[in-house]
Amino acid sequence: MIKVEIDGKACEAPQGSTILDIAKANGIDIPTLCYDPRLSPYGACRLCLVEVEGARALLPACYAKADDGMVIQTTNEKLERIRKTLVELLVSDHPMECQGCSKSGRCELQRLADKYGVTESTFTGEVHEYDLHRENPFVMRDYNKCIMCGRCIRICREVQGIGVYDFINRGFKAVPGTPYDKPMQETPCEFCGQCISTCPTGAIKARPYEDRGRVAALDMLRNACAYFKMPEEDMMKALGLEGWVTRTTCAYCGCGCQLDIHVIDNKIVEITSPLMVGSGQGNLCVKGRFGYDFVSSSERLTKPLIRKKGKFEEAEWDEALDLVAKKLSETKKKSCPDSIGVFSSARATNEDNYLVQKFARAVIGTNNVDHCARL
Amino acid sequence: MSDNGNGHRYKVVLGYGTCGIAAGATAVKDALEEEVKKGSYDVDLDIAGCMGLCFIEPVVEIFDRQGGSVVYGDITAKKVPQLLEEHVGKGQVIEDWVVKKSEDPEACEGDFLANQLRVVLRNCGKINPESIEEYIQIGGYEAAKKALTSMTPEEVIDEVSTSGIRGRGGAGFPTGTKWGFARKSPGEEKYLICNADEGDPGAFMDRSVLEGDPHSVLEGMILAGFAIGARQGYIYCRAEYPLALKRLDIAIEECHQKGFLGEGIFGTDWSFEVKVKKGAGAFVCGEETAMMASIEGQRGMPNPRPPFPATHGLWGKPTNINNVETFAAIPWIIAEGGEKYAEIGTEKSKGTKVFCLAGKVRRTGLAEVPMGYTLRQVIFDVGGGIAEGREFKAVQMGGPSGGCLPAEKLDTQVDYDQITAAGAIIGSGGMIVADNRTCMVDLARYFLSFTQDESCGKCTPCRIGTKRMLEILERICEGKGEPEDIEKLQVLAGDIKDASLCALGGTAPNPVLTTLRYFKDEYEDHIFNHKCAAGSCPALITLRIDPETCTGCAACVKVCPTDAITGEKKEPHVIDAEACIRCKMCLSRCPSESIIAE
Repeated sequence: MIKVEIDGKACEAPQGSTILDIAKANGIDIPTLCYDPRLSPYGACRLCLVEVEGARALLPACYAKADDGMVIQTTNEKLERIRKTLVELLVSDHPMECQGCSKSGRCELQRLADKYGVTESTFTGEVHEYDLHRENPFVMRDYNKCIMCGRCIRICREVQGIGVYDFINRGFKAVPGTPYDKPMQETPCEFCGQCISTCPTGAIKARPYEDRGRVAALDMLRNACAYFKMPEEDMMKALGLEGWVTRTTCAYCGCGCQLDIHVIDNKIVEITSPLMVGSGQGNLCVKGRFGYDFVSSSERLTKPLIRKKGKFEEAEWDEALDLVAKKLSETKKKSCPDSIGVFSSARATNEDNYLVQKFARAVIGTNNVDHCARL
Repeated sequence: MSDNGNGHRYKVVLGYGTCGIAAGATAVKDALEEEVKKGSYDVDLDIAGCMGLCFIEPVVEIFDRQGGSVVYGDITAKKVPQLLEEHVGKGQVIEDWVVKKSEDPEACEGDFLANQLRVVLRNCGKINPESIEEYIQIGGYEAAKKALTSMTPEEVIDEVSTSGIRGRGGAGFPTGTKWGFARKSPGEEKYLICNADEGDPGAFMDRSVLEGDPHSVLEGMILAGFAIGARQGYIYCRAEYPLALKRLDIAIEECHQKGFLGEGIFGTDWSFEVKVKKGAGAFVCGEETAMMASIEGQRGMPNPRPPFPATHGLWGKPTNINNVETFAAIPWIIAEGGEKYAEIGTEKSKGTKVFCLAGKVRRTGLAEVPMGYTLRQVIFDVGGGIAEGREFKAVQMGGPSGGCLPAEKLDTQVDYDQITAAGAIIGSGGMIVADNRTCMVDLARYFLSFTQDESCGKCTPCRIGTKRMLEILERICEGKGEPEDIEKLQVLAGDIKDASLCALGGTAPNPVLTTLRYFKDEYEDHIFNHKCAAGSCPALITLRIDPETCTGCAACVKVCPTDAITGEKKEPHVIDAEACIRCKMCLSRCPSESIIAE
């Protein structure tokens, strides 16, 4: 353990902790933009710069490891002035059309602009005018809103192990992009939407939610949340909308990623994953994030079907189960138990899967049990 | 070479570096070869790297058997037959073409060289860089052999520490101390990198050393590798230096043949390899963490320090990075002793430093002088003063990261601390001289446009901050500056310096800050009076012809792109201010200097 002093407060932390880790653990807020706890530190946005006694320069709290005995200041006039300048610089190249942006209310730049009282920048000059990338059904990229934090690049490389993105160009013209600016469907992208989950602004957004026709309601809702600084659920109640956020476990595979399912008017409008919670730590795959159409699909089976004269016909559960039992008993008697295999699903619960294998082994008498845990 | 060794009466050596080639040395080389074949002269032909006489390239040096030599400048293919016939054939020196004679080194332009002290450039222009034999003949690889066979790594580091040499790449960190860190850093695997990613506008000393004397750099690296315990070295050289890369490849190959690189070098059990990594011409890759990222195959973007390369460098291993010039000085230090090196220079800045004289100085080229020379000595005694007899205005030191020093600072000693105190940096050693026709706002704008283009885009202050500073400067140069712009520049510059991730951003505002410090009146003149006193910013000047001096030669009429100049032959001409776009083409062509920009 090491001992450091942050803003006059004595703190203890394990060796190897960054200054930001220790500050967070001790309830001290240091603003960040390029930081995401799921990723390796980057030190690019410079908002988390802190003053360390005896250091030659200001250090990025997200990157710098704390040494025993360090005396750290996270806020003073100079640091706050620098932070305000940085926010002003970012805002000077950002379309401040928060009202029409679905990230409003959750946008990290908006939050900082709010904190530092920056409504429009004192610096005027060239502003980027990139074309919108809407070439695939999942991910929409609007680099006019990009703040170059590199989080999309890092999450794709470090967490997903793919590396669809990197920066292209230099200086003011530097921007994230795909190789040769190819559409994402021509890259190894799996459309997991992890870049969407980490983007601090509205630069990368999910298109499925946008196309749901409910985006306007959601936008309005979030703008109102941002304006009144109210949690989403409270706002929904206040507006008389029937909506809620449900924390649940993803049912697609055995990983157990945690989901927050955002529902308005009994329809799912978005799925997110809480950061650093559960086994997924806030990471989701394409199915967990986007694969929820089935919930309210009109094609969803709600009754068993029995094939009669080559055609499926709706039946009652008793009739269907009797038929299955009869056929299994016949097959077992006619051939042998091992002529039957049981195939279960990762989408079922552990308890259901236990019962399935028990049924296979104890009732039918076979070890032919498998399940589709390879999603 | 004092002795040509082949028994020929004369040896003709052609300066064949990139600067010479750009000035037409290839045609001279062809002409020399053809003439020698044709005229059956008693002569031996050879090439050498750049001698540093950029102002008078192509350069040919003719040695006689007694060791005397004459350097000729501005040699063209046309002059070759006469040169050979007179000097080699008849033994008569062509006085008009002489740059320097060994019998009277200060005559002609010889004082350019006579006022220098050459340690790093000791072999540049003297030996054939594509021949290891010539390097060995003058004592090359003796220092490496001595160190590897009779010294411990610690003794090598001590010798370098004694010399007091500080890193010549720009930051001026004591080399011996740096090596000590890398030596002590735990780990079996260590790396050594030679930073040859020279990118400052107006700096070309690393290129000249690599083109003129690649073996001294390799020998320096062998010594450093041995000292810190690295068995693998990299030379990160920009791809825009094809001749340097070619000569490095030749030198590395020759070293392998001689057993100076590879397994068990100099008969010891030490092994050392050198790989050349070509850079794609990104200025930021001269920054050590960005350079390592580039060597690893990633986009060249810097990472915050700490951790420092000495502990977490290339591929996470302890790594030592030095500049070309530093490595080139090391063999001399080991051969002659650290104390001898420490005798040169000032108390805190030892040895010599190579400066690249560029801009409005009369003699552009490479100037290696002892630390402690004054700027005046470098620019006036070595550089010969300002071109075309104009007035000295400022010198931009240390490239885009450095600062601009005015005439009243000319007596500042060239020394890390004194130059820093004056507001500039020694940096890699670029000296861009400005005369009274140079607008300081425009100069600052130029350097900022360079750093803005070359910013990697990673951190906010450098990416957007320098862009906004540049936009303010562009506004001022266009006469659209606002009264609060000066303060805005100062505050923003301060925040960029404090908040940037690497030295590129951290030093980018320096040209603006120093010009604001020493030439604030020019900024004010632009903003409040809409005037550019230097007659440089097109939006703020008008051009007119002085009828008193105009000879009516019509040279200006021929170059004017908008036909704005009219007049009768041999009569004073006039410029139509409406049609003039102030490109100043006429200004550069007028033989009687009758065109006035104001």
